[in-house]
Amino acid sequence: MPETIAVAMSGGVDSSVVAGMLHRDGKRVIGLTMQLWNQRRLPEIAAGAPTGRCCSLDDVYDARHVAQHLGIPYYVVNFEDRFERQVVKPFVDEYLAGRTPIPCTLCNNFIKFDQFLEMADGVGASRIATGHYAQIAWNPDSGRWEMRRSADRAKDQTYFLFGLTQAQLARTLFPLGGFEKPQVRQLARELAIPTAAKPDSQEICFVPNGDYAAFIDAYFREQGISPRETRGEVVTTEGRVVGEHSGVHHFTVGQRRGLGVAAREPLYVISTEPATRRVVIGRNDDLLRATMRVQDVNWISIAPPTTPVRAEIKIRNKHAAAAATIAPIDQMRVEVHFDQPQRAVTPGQGAVFYSGDLVLGGGWIQ
Amino acid sequence: MYYFDHNATTPVSSEVLEAMLPLMTEVYGNASSIHHFGQAARQKLDAARRQVAAMVGAAAEEIVFTSGGTEADNLALIGTGGHAITTAVEHPAVLASCAQLASVTRVEVDSRGVVDPGAIRRALRPDTKIISVMHANNELGVIQPIAEIARIAREAGVVMHSDGVQAAGKIPVNVAELGVDLYSISGHKFYAPKGVGALYVRKGTRLSPTMHGGHHERDRRAGTENVPGAAGLGRAAQWMIDQGPAEWARLQALRDRLETGILERVPDSHVNGAGAPRTPNTSNIRFDGIDGEPLLIALDLRGFAVSSGSACSSGAQEPSHVLTAIGLTREQAKSSLRFSLGRANDAAQVDALIDAVAASVEHLRKLAPAYA
Repeated sequence: MPETIAVAMSGGVDSSVVAGMLHRDGKRVIGLTMQLWNQRRLPEIAAGAPTGRCCSLDDVYDARHVAQHLGIPYYVVNFEDRFERQVVKPFVDEYLAGRTPIPCTLCNNFIKFDQFLEMADGVGASRIATGHYAQIAWNPDSGRWEMRRSADRAKDQTYFLFGLTQAQLARTLFPLGGFEKPQVRQLARELAIPTAAKPDSQEICFVPNGDYAAFIDAYFREQGISPRETRGEVVTTEGRVVGEHSGVHHFTVGQRRGLGVAAREPLYVISTEPATRRVVIGRNDDLLRATMRVQDVNWISIAPPTTPVRAEIKIRNKHAAAAATIAPIDQMRVEVHFDQPQRAVTPGQGAVFYSGDLVLGGGWIQ
Repeated sequence: MYYFDHNATTPVSSEVLEAMLPLMTEVYGNASSIHHFGQAARQKLDAARRQVAAMVGAAAEEIVFTSGGTEADNLALIGTGGHAITTAVEHPAVLASCAQLASVTRVEVDSRGVVDPGAIRRALRPDTKIISVMHANNELGVIQPIAEIARIAREAGVVMHSDGVQAAGKIPVNVAELGVDLYSISGHKFYAPKGVGALYVRKGTRLSPTMHGGHHERDRRAGTENVPGAAGLGRAAQWMIDQGPAEWARLQALRDRLETGILERVPDSHVNGAGAPRTPNTSNIRFDGIDGEPLLIALDLRGFAVSSGSACSSGAQEPSHVLTAIGLTREQAKSSLRFSLGRANDAAQVDALIDAVAASVEHLRKLAPAYA
């Protein structure tokens, strides 16, 4: 029997094109849509949300329509339990712990490249393919799977993929990694994908309008957690109390708006302190950091180094990678020394190490 | 592709199709019309009504044609109203209809899925208007003690409804012997088409219509009569009257062959609902340590259509409320599959299914580190 490839189909154009390309190339393809979040929950935040919400029935309809058009087997698989346990709850807990989490990376690490791979195994598919913009290649010299940024730099998603292990990379295809987005749209039209003109999705999938704080407030209400438990004081870097805030999850490092404090110069969130639930504010210069620690580091394109390594490091998705030296502390932790201090180094975000296009690895900012 | 999901639906049989086709082209009159076209359709409708009545031991005028089992359940419950007593293992058509009523008491079942009539009796209240207990369960095939519960209903002076969607066409049904006032039937569960069903309404039972319009079905269900559908249901009922008992014996032998084969070949597999009286075609089996979702997909990709019992609106599978009601954990419920046999199945297909299940379960258990 030929190799079977399981395509993760979201109902969007990218994953639809992936399924279409592989099918056109004569591969045995099955389409799977992951049901991750029940949109009937937290109806207050779903109201008025645009289309393209995660796991909305419209998206499932679109994915099924594409699969029917291609004539491939298609199933919806229920990952709601694990998604809540390994993505949504950690997302909420991280905010409360004074960090700013990236649920997409958690989802990649624990759902898309873990449970989804298991599901693929279970149904007899040896490899998976997704619509991520990133490139994977085997390097026979190093004996490692390497990851590179996508040809379309604006669409590159490697920042969210730093947790992928060698075993996961060995079984994963990113067929769009070498394409520019307009080419993908063109392919969609050539393959007569019914959803070729569908807009790209933008926000975190289970937070329809991008309002994380509203999501967390609604989640608390559902779980019976009092909002009082998240309220606290706003203090200056000198420790002076200047106000109160309505929940630490409304604040992220570097944020300027919504502080509710009048001052002569612009003020920013410098940090949030989970133990005291205090939000510390200060001047822009207070946000600059020359060093940071990164934990749970996963090395991708190179073996774990034992001596310092030069790299360009992204500390959030939209960050222009900054030159730095990475000093290993142990197998899982490194200390990063930036050549130039960086603004708003935010605990909980990912730090991804690049050498040009090559993704060396990455971890979580401590 | 082999089909082992007859509790979900069945194909329209050739004799049913044959009975229906002329009613879409030649005898197309409105059964309520006065002229010859209407009278010809009316004649077919009445003949079908007699056939359906005969299948369940009713009088023809006690049969109300509906759009299916769900509508029959809605009509029975919402058309009666008041406080309802039902069970934890009913079909969503009953549970959701009960949710529309003034109040509802859901009675638990035992580990086999059988409800205790005594528990029904204890749930009675002064405002109780209806007791609704399914005749046979869709997921387990377990048959409930309807006659005993109906006696309790009669003593209490409340209406007795039974959702017979998974019983009619699978076991002998006699509404008089059961003692029910209302009994729901669905055509597509026994080789009639989708979109037609019936509610038996015992003479003298008060029922308010839920569909409003013309004076169809003796003012109990408005809407132009679906004559082709009714004729299909009637023909399917006639087939069951003629062939049912022989077919049920054949299916029971096949089902037992399937269960014996799987239990022998697959270690740590268990029949859910074992020990209870069951419909002859249904088997619900739990495979320790694996998830039913990839198992169902893997079997489908191998060419065997089976069911996990419950799906949410997206089509993803979710743990069955029936299986958790019989005391299974969420994990156990998710590791269960339903096999339901029908006319097309034979011993060779069953043997092939056993092989595919054994191979798929073995594959999945190799992948599951937790299963030792």
